[in-house]
Amino acid sequence: MNILYAFVAAGLVGCSVYMVLSRNVARLLLGLSLMTTAVNLVLFQLGRNRSAQPPIIPKGETTLTGAADPVPQALILTAIVIGMALTIIFAALALRAYRGHGTLRSDQIHSAERLGDPFDGKVSDG
Amino acid sequence: MVEALTDGLAFWPVGVPLAAAGAAILFGRIPAVQRVVSELGVVLMLGAALALLARVAQGDVVATAFGGWRAPFGVTFVADRLSAALVTVTGVIALAVTIYSRAEIGARRRRSGFDPLFLAMLAAVNGAFLAGDIFNLYVWFELMLVTAIGLITLDRRRAQIDGAIRYAAMSMLGATFILLGIGLLYGEAGSLNMLDLAERLAGRPATVTLSASGFLLLAGFALKTGIFPFFFWLPAAYHTAPITILAALAGLLTKVGFYACLRVFVLIFDLAAAPVVPGLPALIAVIAAATMLVSVLAAIAQVDIRRLLGYHIMGQVAYPMVGLALASFAGVTAAIFYTMHTMLVQTGLFLGAGAVVRANGSYDIRRCGGLLSNQPFFAGVFALLAVSMVGIPPLSGFWAKVFVIDAAFRGSQIWLAVVVLVVGFLTLYSMGKLWSQAFWKAPPRARRVLRRIPLAMIVALVLLASSTLGIGLAVEPVAEYVRAAAEQLTLGRGTGGLP
Repeated sequence: MNILYAFVAAGLVGCSVYMVLSRNVARLLLGLSLMTTAVNLVLFQLGRNRSAQPPIIPKGETTLTGAADPVPQALILTAIVIGMALTIIFAALALRAYRGHGTLRSDQIHSAERLGDPFDGKVSDG
Repeated sequence: MVEALTDGLAFWPVGVPLAAAGAAILFGRIPAVQRVVSELGVVLMLGAALALLARVAQGDVVATAFGGWRAPFGVTFVADRLSAALVTVTGVIALAVTIYSRAEIGARRRRSGFDPLFLAMLAAVNGAFLAGDIFNLYVWFELMLVTAIGLITLDRRRAQIDGAIRYAAMSMLGATFILLGIGLLYGEAGSLNMLDLAERLAGRPATVTLSASGFLLLAGFALKTGIFPFFFWLPAAYHTAPITILAALAGLLTKVGFYACLRVFVLIFDLAAAPVVPGLPALIAVIAAATMLVSVLAAIAQVDIRRLLGYHIMGQVAYPMVGLALASFAGVTAAIFYTMHTMLVQTGLFLGAGAVVRANGSYDIRRCGGLLSNQPFFAGVFALLAVSMVGIPPLSGFWAKVFVIDAAFRGSQIWLAVVVLVVGFLTLYSMGKLWSQAFWKAPPRARRVLRRIPLAMIVALVLLASSTLGIGLAVEPVAEYVRAAAEQLTLGRGTGGLP
């Protein structure tokens, strides 16, 4: 089961790298959120999911035995929330860029590069 | 575990700006009230930082544990000397930027949310400096990213949206690396508390998981810090922001990335002693040298003042990286001193650039001129900041460079010292070009009248210039404090070295 999870995470990272390298900003966004998902899957595996026993230390003992570590699951929850917020902000930026430039191709969205370019011949006045 | 006082003091540098950000949102429709809230918040934050500094300077480590969960189980804020010093520097920078914003951030930008975003960014920066838990550090990084995107796109110009996309994409990629690195570290060591991690990893042999974690964290923080070969987003994004915001970003954000490098590689991985991650110091040295050379050469080619100084942000963060690469006590001391110096000076230079633009009406230095004869006082203050960055005595930049070069010689890394000196000379050339274009030469059009620079801008600049001069003149007590900070950071493992 663990090895299956590992290969699924690796496959997801592979797909996401392919999409991140795309010139389309929307694909870049999808690739980035896919990569976060893959990382969350790795985090989930780090909890050593051995059994469904709740992570409560029995009375009289000091260490947790047999149950899965709950901390990675808390980390994943936080990471999902942060990932969602960033995805929304990035989507808003992509929408703005599409309205401003009329395209989502990143090689045609270059107004930041051209602002103050020393080889452009233009001057940038305030 | 290092014994720490439990105290609420470590919470206030984060709590105050967060509360002020909330209050500023409430008054979002009334820019004048928003400004007052913002100013009050920043002054109180600086006060909290100074109180923390005063406590920590006595040798205590102040910790705040949230919800009554003791470390290493709960989320903690820990203020040691390093954290307290950087929080104080952040407070000074915030004060300067707030004063300056009176002259540059008008009612329209305040209605677009300048105040809440700026205050929340300050809270995130302080949170990152004070986080005692590595996952918490990651969360503050994300809040910093979100607020910085909001600040960069404040005017909603096309170039700003474009720059923010580049910045957001690279930072999200970096955040993913950091998250995976933290996850692997937790899987190997079973803790998230940074002090606890340091103790658990001490004396461990190198494993594949630890190496992977170390390199992932380096890649992630390098993306956030904007160093070679991950820097391309920085000069493509920062220069689109309004210059007040640009100054705050330049002084604060990339330095938090470097601070995280210090915490992770000095405290947790202990670069100096055991090769928990083999090959890392040599790699960092090459990265630092390449960053310095590439950025200063790129800066020389620029004519837009924002882009010119933007390349210097990257170059200047590479000097403390040299100290980190040396992995010695002297190197860590130099890195901390340099970080404090460069935060103040970078902010000051950008604020000065804003004043140059205000007087001339152009970002292009070829179209500027005449400031030395027209505004001699401003020219003097700007020159002080510029030569401090170049490294001329008695300013803080000189001592920062002396410490770095001294540490390089002590570590027998002569080539690094040579690179630092060569790049220092090229920095002098770049600043000389800026000076002769914007200040020395006559204005390009003979009858043009330069606009007056507002008093708020001058006051903010004087605040930062006097702090670099003050650190330079009172170098002994500051260096003493920084040495003690380095000793705390290395957990007293590697003392000696620096006289």
